Amino acid sequence: MTRYFARKLGLYVLAFWAGVTIDWAIPRLMPGNPIAAYVDRFALNSQGPWTALYKLFDKAFGYNLPLWDQYWHYWDNLFHGNLGISLYAFPEKVTTMIAQAAPYTLALLVPAILLSYVLGNRIGAMAARRKVLDNTVLPLGYLFQAMPYAWLALAAAFYLAAVEHWFPVEGGYAAGLASGFTWAYISSLLYHWFLPFLTVFLVSFGGWSIGMRNLVIYELETDYARYLRALGARGRLVRRYAYRNAVLPQLSGLALQLGTVIGGNIVTEVVFNYPGLGHLIYTAATDQDYALLQGIFIFIIVGVLVANFVIDIVYIWVDPRTRLSMQGAAA
Amino acid sequence: MSLSVENLRIAYRTLRGDVQAVDGVTFAVADREIMGLAGESGCGKSTLGNSLIFIEGRMKHVGGTVELDGKALPISDDRAMNHHRMRDVSIIPQYAMSALNPTKKVGTLAHDLLKSRGMKLAKVLPEFRRRVALVGLPENVLEMYPFELSGGMRQRATMVISTLLNPSLLIADEVTSALDVSNQRAVGELLTEFRDLGYVKSMIVITHDLSILAQIADTIMVMYAGKLTEKASASTMIDKPLHPYTQALLSSLPEVGVRYEDRELTGIPGRPPSLLSPPPGCRFRERCPFAYDKCVEDPPFMELLPGHQVACWKAADDVAGGAGREHNEASATPSGGAGDASPERGPSLGARAGKGAE
Repeated sequence: MTRYFARKLGLYVLAFWAGVTIDWAIPRLMPGNPIAAYVDRFALNSQGPWTALYKLFDKAFGYNLPLWDQYWHYWDNLFHGNLGISLYAFPEKVTTMIAQAAPYTLALLVPAILLSYVLGNRIGAMAARRKVLDNTVLPLGYLFQAMPYAWLALAAAFYLAAVEHWFPVEGGYAAGLASGFTWAYISSLLYHWFLPFLTVFLVSFGGWSIGMRNLVIYELETDYARYLRALGARGRLVRRYAYRNAVLPQLSGLALQLGTVIGGNIVTEVVFNYPGLGHLIYTAATDQDYALLQGIFIFIIVGVLVANFVIDIVYIWVDPRTRLSMQGAAA
Repeated sequence: MSLSVENLRIAYRTLRGDVQAVDGVTFAVADREIMGLAGESGCGKSTLGNSLIFIEGRMKHVGGTVELDGKALPISDDRAMNHHRMRDVSIIPQYAMSALNPTKKVGTLAHDLLKSRGMKLAKVLPEFRRRVALVGLPENVLEMYPFELSGGMRQRATMVISTLLNPSLLIADEVTSALDVSNQRAVGELLTEFRDLGYVKSMIVITHDLSILAQIADTIMVMYAGKLTEKASASTMIDKPLHPYTQALLSSLPEVGVRYEDRELTGIPGRPPSLLSPPPGCRFRERCPFAYDKCVEDPPFMELLPGHQVACWKAADDVAGGAGREHNEASATPSGGAGDASPERGPSLGARAGKGAE
């Protein structure tokens, strides 16, 4: 048991190291010079001040150091909780920006994914046995899942917001509203939250329900299900067993989805101009903001790893077969 | 009379039409009788066995009645059958090794199953444990998951669960097929022991392996292409079969009644007819070395000798004319293959066992 977890933990540490290293290297391999672009924004006329300013910022951000030193500093800062300073929103700290954006993303995606997971599994399992549901909900699921998400989001924003004015077109809350624990602010948050939530929910609901339907149909055809029915077990028991076994592969899918949630859904947040992490990634990439991009990616890396670790533990609990391999590892 | 089946017809729905897998079958199984049901693959023996307990979606009950202990068994009514399943009629399925839910402990599975039937595991738990020990499973098997057991152990666990409520009739479908010979023998002995201890009143053992039937069965019934061809006591079937198909079947087995140092083993040339639209008359006609013009008529399943039923015109003529012996001796020489299996010439099972020891 302990050895199993130690081995797993070792693997996660290795994955974290590799992820962070790649995260550190990628912006430096990208074409373009962010400091030059930043200094250009000051619109200096002559070369002298430009060069002086460039050198100043280059040194301030530590980009003048040899790569090994930069790498070392990067880890050092990381362990002190320092993800650097944003160029694009200079002199805002990256950690502050992530802390501001993350609640929007989490509040938008975590409920959308969990709710679509729970409902999709339930409805999918029901559709496996009921023709009516199979012929109504499932085709809708296929439709939503097959639709390019950006198109669905745009169509929703256009018809439900721009044309019908049922929902606001963009933003996380009404412009000019002071944030605080007031009814006006919270209702505005919910009002802006609903449409992006709905589009994400619909798309992922389609995926879960289709997957679950097929898994349950497979499980209901297995030998153990036939045996139970041959011995006169009630349908409820057979369905309970089938559901329980069918949900296992879905659980691995949930782990991956929840992990990537942390990074936000770029398309959703860009379409609805929603102030979450996805939107921040988009801004950071277009503005070549190394520190910000790296900071968000670290957040994603940690998110994926933690989600996987949690699901690893949950899996041991729900699928006894994994416990067997664990004993094998400990033996 | 424990079980009596009257003109049972079971079909499979396919896209090309109904396949008559069991086509008008009439037989009976007495109390404490172990009846072997033999035949090649696709002859309908498993379908017959399954239809007595669970008619699945693609199967169709076309006609016929089933009576168990004097009461009609509503085989085509899935809901009404639930009451009888496991309690009156039970099954060790062909897939016994994968019949247990992999994510449930054996004990939990039995508990859930009984609870779903409105019963408590606690009531039968001492008996459950006794039988677990009887079949040679470890005591803690109830706390184990199926994947922690070997295939043979899983099968024995299935055997115990299936017979937990002491059914009148147990259908054991190919229970020895996937086992090595020593385990085959052990499982065969367990089946007779279950009968002797009264766990099961009577039993239908479905197999293509005649040697296991010679060991455990009281009677043997042979099916061919959805129809019954012959039924008699096990010793009669092995020593004096009347139907040419049974004779051919025995001659193709090295285990039973063949002196294979004298000649090579023979198979039966040809294939069974399609059951989608079977030809009229005897279904074995195309492959039968004795077929003659009368065989285009469907032979009835008649009791030719006391306790010996056969569906064959030739056998009926031979028995009626008292010419069985002459017929067998005359036919043996020209036809070679199947004809050589004439019962008088092949040594009996006992003789074979003796030869093995020499």
